Amino acid sequence: MTTTTPGRLAGPAPRRHPSPAGGALVLAAVLVTAVSVLPIVVVLVNALGQGWSEAVADVVRPRVWELLRNTVSLVVVSTSACAVLGVTCAWLVERTGLPGAGWWRVLLVAPLAVPAFVNAYAWVSLRPAMTGLGGAVLITTLSYYPLVFLPVSAALRGLDRSWEDTARSLGLGRWRTFARIVLPQLRPAVLGGCLLVALHLLAEFGVLAMLQFPTFTTAILDQYEAAFDTGTGSVLALVLVALCVAVLTIEHVWRGRRGHARIGAGVIRRPEPATLGRWLVPGVSALAVLVVLALGVPVYSLGHWLTTPGATVDGSALAAALGSTIGLALAAAAVTCVAAFPVALLLRQRQSAFTTSIERLCYLASSLPGVVVGLALVLLAIRWVTGLYQSATLLVIAYAILFLPRALVAIRTALAQAPGALLESARALGDSPARAVVRVVVPLALPGILAGLALVFMATTTELTATLLLAPTGTQTLATGFWAASSSLDYGAAAPYAVAMVLLSAPMTWLLLRQRTVIA
Amino acid sequence: MTRLVVTGVSASYGSTQVLHDVGLTVEGGSTTAILGASGCGKTTLLRVVAGFHAADAGEVRIGDRTVAGPGFAMPPERRGIGYLSQEGNLFPHLTVAGNIGFGLPRAERRDRARTAELLELVGLPVALADRRPEQLSGGQQQRVALARALARRPELVLLDEPFGSLDAGLRSTTRRAVADALSAAGATVLLVTHDQDEALSFADQVAIMRDGRFVQVGAPKEVYSTPVDRATAGVLGELVILPGHGDGDHVITILGRLPVAGADVTGAVDVAVRPEQVLIGPAVGAVGSVGAVDAVVDAVDYFGHDALVRIVLPAGPEGPAPVVFSRVVGDDAPTPGQLVGVSVRGPVQAFPHTVVLLAPTDPT
Repeated sequence: MTTTTPGRLAGPAPRRHPSPAGGALVLAAVLVTAVSVLPIVVVLVNALGQGWSEAVADVVRPRVWELLRNTVSLVVVSTSACAVLGVTCAWLVERTGLPGAGWWRVLLVAPLAVPAFVNAYAWVSLRPAMTGLGGAVLITTLSYYPLVFLPVSAALRGLDRSWEDTARSLGLGRWRTFARIVLPQLRPAVLGGCLLVALHLLAEFGVLAMLQFPTFTTAILDQYEAAFDTGTGSVLALVLVALCVAVLTIEHVWRGRRGHARIGAGVIRRPEPATLGRWLVPGVSALAVLVVLALGVPVYSLGHWLTTPGATVDGSALAAALGSTIGLALAAAAVTCVAAFPVALLLRQRQSAFTTSIERLCYLASSLPGVVVGLALVLLAIRWVTGLYQSATLLVIAYAILFLPRALVAIRTALAQAPGALLESARALGDSPARAVVRVVVPLALPGILAGLALVFMATTTELTATLLLAPTGTQTLATGFWAASSSLDYGAAAPYAVAMVLLSAPMTWLLLRQRTVIA
Repeated sequence: MTRLVVTGVSASYGSTQVLHDVGLTVEGGSTTAILGASGCGKTTLLRVVAGFHAADAGEVRIGDRTVAGPGFAMPPERRGIGYLSQEGNLFPHLTVAGNIGFGLPRAERRDRARTAELLELVGLPVALADRRPEQLSGGQQQRVALARALARRPELVLLDEPFGSLDAGLRSTTRRAVADALSAAGATVLLVTHDQDEALSFADQVAIMRDGRFVQVGAPKEVYSTPVDRATAGVLGELVILPGHGDGDHVITILGRLPVAGADVTGAVDVAVRPEQVLIGPAVGAVGSVGAVDAVVDAVDYFGHDALVRIVLPAGPEGPAPVVFSRVVGDDAPTPGQLVGVSVRGPVQAFPHTVVLLAPTDPT
């Protein structure tokens, strides 16, 4: 997510990065993009395959209106709540002399390590009456506000104080400066965060199924599991895809074309913190309440169920689930990063209509909810590639499609560590292109590539929706094992699975804190 | 010694042609500076010579090897060049010694004596060998980058605005260190710059580029004193333009009858005078005055070592009062409002009169 566009000053003609391997690279990138786009095509073909009038009849039903109302109200209310919480927390942590700001930052991002459906389990298992829109908004907001907090606090840290100083010198007061100078600059970060929240909400299954708040995603799975009705499922999926596209479009339009360029050389001046004064105690208390709700409740609840006597924990089943989760996650991480590499290399070259469409298509395809990708791959396997049905390969492909952007962002950031000019220096010093990559790009980009592997690994360990649809019979992952136990209200048996998932994805918090760009 | 010969090179980025049929010869062991404004194509030419950019047409020869020709371009790593860019581009994952040894065969990379020798060549203490690039100042980074480029004993060294990112004080010392190291290495050097002081002081030959073509190539003194046209004269340094009338090997101006450098002129001309040629002294009639005309000092930009004096000459019959600038030793700077006698020393340049639509060249 680009928050600033470097100002292009008059200078030497724009330089092309050397193209390491023309044809093969383009071919690989196109192949990866084609696989990413496949789910949309399959869903489209299947939905319209039953006939146009049938499809329309499937959409124009009271049930669909109810789903639409639920989905839209959840997205609007939760996203707004996340925006307000995220911006407020970011401002408190980054711009006020908050005691222990570093610790607050970690505590406020930590809820990302708790999968939303585990958070829902934590609350529902303690308060079973918590259902409907209110509960769904509470849980999803507590789970997803860090997606706004992270980019906004990164943007606040990167802001140059001198703009604010200039505004103050032009006669603006502190609040007007915030409204007219700071907020507009935060806009790309806020919108980017909100986009992620909205896409997560559209894709959310576990929380909403647990809270019995039906949306398109839960309805598609119900439809599929109850009736194997893939026609109606595809039509619902198509509506869901349309909602995703609508969200992406709204974000694109609101973001506008304006970049925030920092013109001129010189050191970015770090702002002096505003002092909270008499607001210190209310501010700290509010943060503390938030942390207790978002982090304290799930931790307490997991501890409670883990230590409740009489829980029947099948140790060997848990170990098997852990093993298959790690195996699948390793495979998914490797496949996703290998797939992302040619795309990242291609996007490094000079921007053209071709590279832009590759980039857009990859991100669009991967904004699809797991349920759509899962459903599409099931259809694909049943109809056309029967050998892949219920295979681990298909599941890994689904993970790769879903998590390609994470790997892409990490690898692109990593490759940026080794700019083209360094490659040229190596060439001038006698290295062939391949040797230059090995001696310069690989050592510089390796940490970023490893981060990409880790991000995909951790995302895979908590993936529920696509896994429910695609997991081979008899294979249970931590997420599906947890789901099976908690669906039958066996909270004690679900707890160890949840703890394992939290532990596996905890390092993600740290990685995301380090990384400026969030694709989660 | 290795000679660089560029013949008929054209190059483009996408559909924009940047270089038009460019030719240049750099004699073995000498230094040529390509001087031009941003975007004139000078960096592109350097990149064609280095092998980072493929020319559309033309030939590049380094010594007796053709490295680029019709349908053929030798990869940069086989051209035997040294290349130094504006940022130096030290590899951030390697130490100073690691950077310097980067282009050497594996066996020689650990040779501390060679590293020390190269550091000494660029005027850096040997103690820096184990530092990391981010621990060096900008000037030190540039010198290490030069040592890295010279380690392979290149026949041709290409410098792409190597001092552009340094601040003024560091620039001149780094420039001297680099010049010394390069002449000690005996390499043929091609420098690209937009700084006329750098071009004139650094090079044996200055090539002035405009819009992808060379407009003049010659020794620094020659291009400075006899530029081919007014624009070139302006690129090379501060300039005062006066109306004049050509009279063979002299021109008649408000500042008197002045000798012309170069070919004879007749008719209406623009006379270009360097500020250091404009002398000021006591007013005409006063003791020791050599002034041709009296004028009033309008403003003084004082720089310490010297000063730039803005003088308004008496209005002539045609048009407004001309303004000239005089560069004087700092101690001799007059005060605004003072009446001074103005004269011109040495031959001046005369160009065909052109109607100037833009503001005249402002020496500041």
